[in-house]
Amino acid sequence: MAAAADAPKKLTKKELSADHPTWCPGCGDFAVLASFFKVLEKLQIPHEQICTIAGIGCSSRFPYFVNGHGVHFIHGRALPLATGVSLSRPDLHVFAFGGDGDGYSIGGNHLDHAARKNVNLTYVVMDNFVYGLTKKQTSPTSPQGFKSKTDPTGAIDRPINPMKKLVSNGATFVARTHATQVKHMMEVFERAILHPGFSVVEVLSECVIFYPGAFDAGNPRKGGEFDLIDEKKWDDTPEDEARHDVTDDDAAFALASLDFPGKFGVFYEVDHPTKNQLEQRWIDASREKVKNASARELLSERFAMMK
Amino acid sequence: MSATASPAPKEQSSSGSSTDSTDLQNAVIRFAGNSQDGIQTIGAFLAKLAGRSAREVMTYMTIPSTISGGPSIFQVNLGSGEVLSPGDEADFLVAFYQHSYDNHINALRDGGVCIYDSDNVEATVNERDIQHVAIPITSTTVEALGGSTRERGKNLFVLGLVTQLFKLDHDKVVALIERQFGRKGEDVIRNARLAFDAGYAYQIGSDIVKQSYALRAGASLDKDRITTDGNTALMYGLIAGGIRYGAGYPITPWSSIMEGLRTELPKYGGLFVQAEDELGAVAMALGFSYAGHLAVTGSSGPGLSLKMEALSYAVMAELPLVVINVQRGGPSTGLPTSVEQSDLMQAIYGSHGDTPRIVLAPKNVEDCFYTAVEACQLARKYSCPVLVLTDQALATRIEAFREPNLDECLIEATLDQEPRDENFKPYPVDGDTRHAPPGTKMLGGTYPVVTGLEHDEWGHPSASPEMHARMNAKRREKIKAVAEELQLPDIFGDESGEVLLVGWGSTWGPIREATIRAREKGQSLSSLHLRHLNPLPNGLEDIFANFQHVIVVEMNDEGLYGYGQLATLLRARYCDPKIRSVCKTDGLAYKIREILDGVAEIVS
Ligand SMILES: Cc1ncc(C[n+]2csc(CCOP(=O)(O)OP(=O)(O)O)c2C)c(N)n1
Ligand code: SF4
Ligand SMILES: [Mg+2]
Repeated sequence: MAAAADAPKKLTKKELSADHPTWCPGCGDFAVLASFFKVLEKLQIPHEQICTIAGIGCSSRFPYFVNGHGVHFIHGRALPLATGVSLSRPDLHVFAFGGDGDGYSIGGNHLDHAARKNVNLTYVVMDNFVYGLTKKQTSPTSPQGFKSKTDPTGAIDRPINPMKKLVSNGATFVARTHATQVKHMMEVFERAILHPGFSVVEVLSECVIFYPGAFDAGNPRKGGEFDLIDEKKWDDTPEDEARHDVTDDDAAFALASLDFPGKFGVFYEVDHPTKNQLEQRWIDASREKVKNASARELLSERFAMMK
Repeated sequence: MSATASPAPKEQSSSGSSTDSTDLQNAVIRFAGNSQDGIQTIGAFLAKLAGRSAREVMTYMTIPSTISGGPSIFQVNLGSGEVLSPGDEADFLVAFYQHSYDNHINALRDGGVCIYDSDNVEATVNERDIQHVAIPITSTTVEALGGSTRERGKNLFVLGLVTQLFKLDHDKVVALIERQFGRKGEDVIRNARLAFDAGYAYQIGSDIVKQSYALRAGASLDKDRITTDGNTALMYGLIAGGIRYGAGYPITPWSSIMEGLRTELPKYGGLFVQAEDELGAVAMALGFSYAGHLAVTGSSGPGLSLKMEALSYAVMAELPLVVINVQRGGPSTGLPTSVEQSDLMQAIYGSHGDTPRIVLAPKNVEDCFYTAVEACQLARKYSCPVLVLTDQALATRIEAFREPNLDECLIEATLDQEPRDENFKPYPVDGDTRHAPPGTKMLGGTYPVVTGLEHDEWGHPSASPEMHARMNAKRREKIKAVAEELQLPDIFGDESGEVLLVGWGSTWGPIREATIRAREKGQSLSSLHLRHLNPLPNGLEDIFANFQHVIVVEMNDEGLYGYGQLATLLRARYCDPKIRSVCKTDGLAYKIREILDGVAEIVS
């Protein structure tokens, strides 16, 4: 059975688990982690190619809990770091994780640009509508009226709409799910991972300490409704007319405009060349133009021009 | 101008070989016009010419305005010996406009020559000993070009004049013109030649300037010299040092490095990304480095401020990174096109927490190349950020220097994907950190997390006070170890005496020239230049002990307590009250006189 010993070990939750998560019992982020493990198990991505990257926040502790190459970076900047990894290492599967403050507030500008550049990576936002790690300040997704330590009489500013932001910035895969709906979360994660380009999954993930009950309206077990997007099947049936076309950004915008809790599933999915591909094309053309010269040859040539 | 190198017609040549020309060792020429006149192009030609000819060496300094159409000058120091600075005062002034004349006539030394465009300028300064030479530059150029190309070509006309006047190698200049304009088509070359020839053949009427000023043949100079500016030298140094990836955001005067890397790196199979801002740029660069490719980011003052949080992370996470700061003037947006050395403290201490890191500063254009290579070596070896402080003056100055020997400095870019065994620890307390880039198989089954939280040897977050102390010590001791491999800088002049000047960065030339001049006057003065600012090389105290005064010359403010930034550091380190400061912040490179006056004030 020597051959079997050499073959890569099947990747299971056991291999993928690292430190026991430090999240509060009941925190929605546990389910996100569990779903991520299950999808990795299913896809059997080679272990060493898994790379998780996060900024700062409760949710951003994610990389410590995954036994894979990982980076726990600084608040708000996970995406540009992940961009560097993705662009220079096509062999890897790059994942970024974080919270609403990390991604939509301090890191908002990076999100806009990673999206428009269509960097090939998967980004999961665990949106709890609050700052968890720093103990209940208003977040960019906190609804108006939410009482926090920084808005004692209720949040004054209008929240951002992450789905609109993502679609308008050019992300090529934009989906929304709910941390209590593990099966759906897994389906969406899998599609996001398989999507070539910048894929984002917004997960409503409850902070049971600082915003308990925030997402009950989307949880059937709490009396809410988990209303799924009915995607077009392209089957030429009359019913299909009314279904959602994931390549239509106006339709995605319309979905994103629904009142909370809105709909869940894939809002937008298009196939555009990634920054990775476009830059690689340029690199290949440049290499060809210099006839694959070595660094030494290229530098010597350059020095000769300076004489 | 050094006293021995005066070009004044009065001081005749000592080698009587040339009969009708004044034989110069060097000449400082200032061209003053508007930026659209292309006077930078004259400088580039003269610099290339110097690099190509074993006869003349030169350096020039540009003071471009960032606003197109604004007044612009540059100054060339054409020389046949060692040229150390762009020169305090000009020997020749070429004034294109009245404002050029009015603003720069005071930069001309007594006995100097002012060539002015008599179509635009009225020479008004009569009380000084200045030789005025009126040349209708605009109309003669327009005439030469057949009146069709408006005022274009004045720069090439002037280049022709200068070639005539200084007996430069006509054929070489023509070859350079043809190479420069070759790609732009026949018409462009023809017009360029017409303008140049008109200047070269122009009959200069003035008696005084009728004799031309031939530059004396230079002593044994290398044939294999290249000519370039500091930013370009630095950029190729990074590539030679094995950098293939980086990210940045535009800002003057850093931009030309990122533009160059963006264009060049794909040829080497690499990539430079224009990020959305400096926070993103440093994060992307750290992403490249983490992924196993030593990367670079850079900026000028304001951008460096934005990068400081991530640089603190790089120290903590022990990620290698090369960080360039092309310093400019002032706090905030300050003086974007002026030179200053006021980011030293920021480079060393600008991040939160205790963040020991390496800081280097090149002393001239050539050194920009080698400092970049060294930064790459140190970043890899010590797995930490290395900051390189250059400045606006070095960025744009062109110098000729010996072609780097790639056998000695080329570093191959490699990606280390060797599987790590079960004993691998990302942060060994008693060993060097050597990260396992993603993609590396971990044979023990445990994968590392690179982190900015204080951590134990495996990278697990740890708030233990003891662990923090031990890890702080680890990060400190590894930077201290760098000092052990640094050579003490050479002392220029005697090893003991009255005054030792200490400098860093682009003040190298002026300090060296000041040293020469003081010693010629019999003063007991030596100088020393620091290229390694953090850590400092070991043993400086032994050198300082041999001098009565240690005077640190730098381009920053004397601060609240009367000392510049390096002087403050040296005083803190050596507790030596004889360490004093000569500082200035006028946004201009040091004049030799300013240094000597500053020394006299302290010593007397
Ligand atoms: C530069 C910087 N500013 C502020 C903080 C403090 N901080 C840490 S996490 C956080 C907000 C976290 O909120 P979110 O991203 O929503 O994550 P959650 O904890 O809710 O999962 C803040 C403000 C920091 N670490 N760094
Ligand atoms: S504070 Fe909230 S977000 Fe943070 S771990 Fe606890 S429940 Fe989760
Ligand atoms: Mg949050």
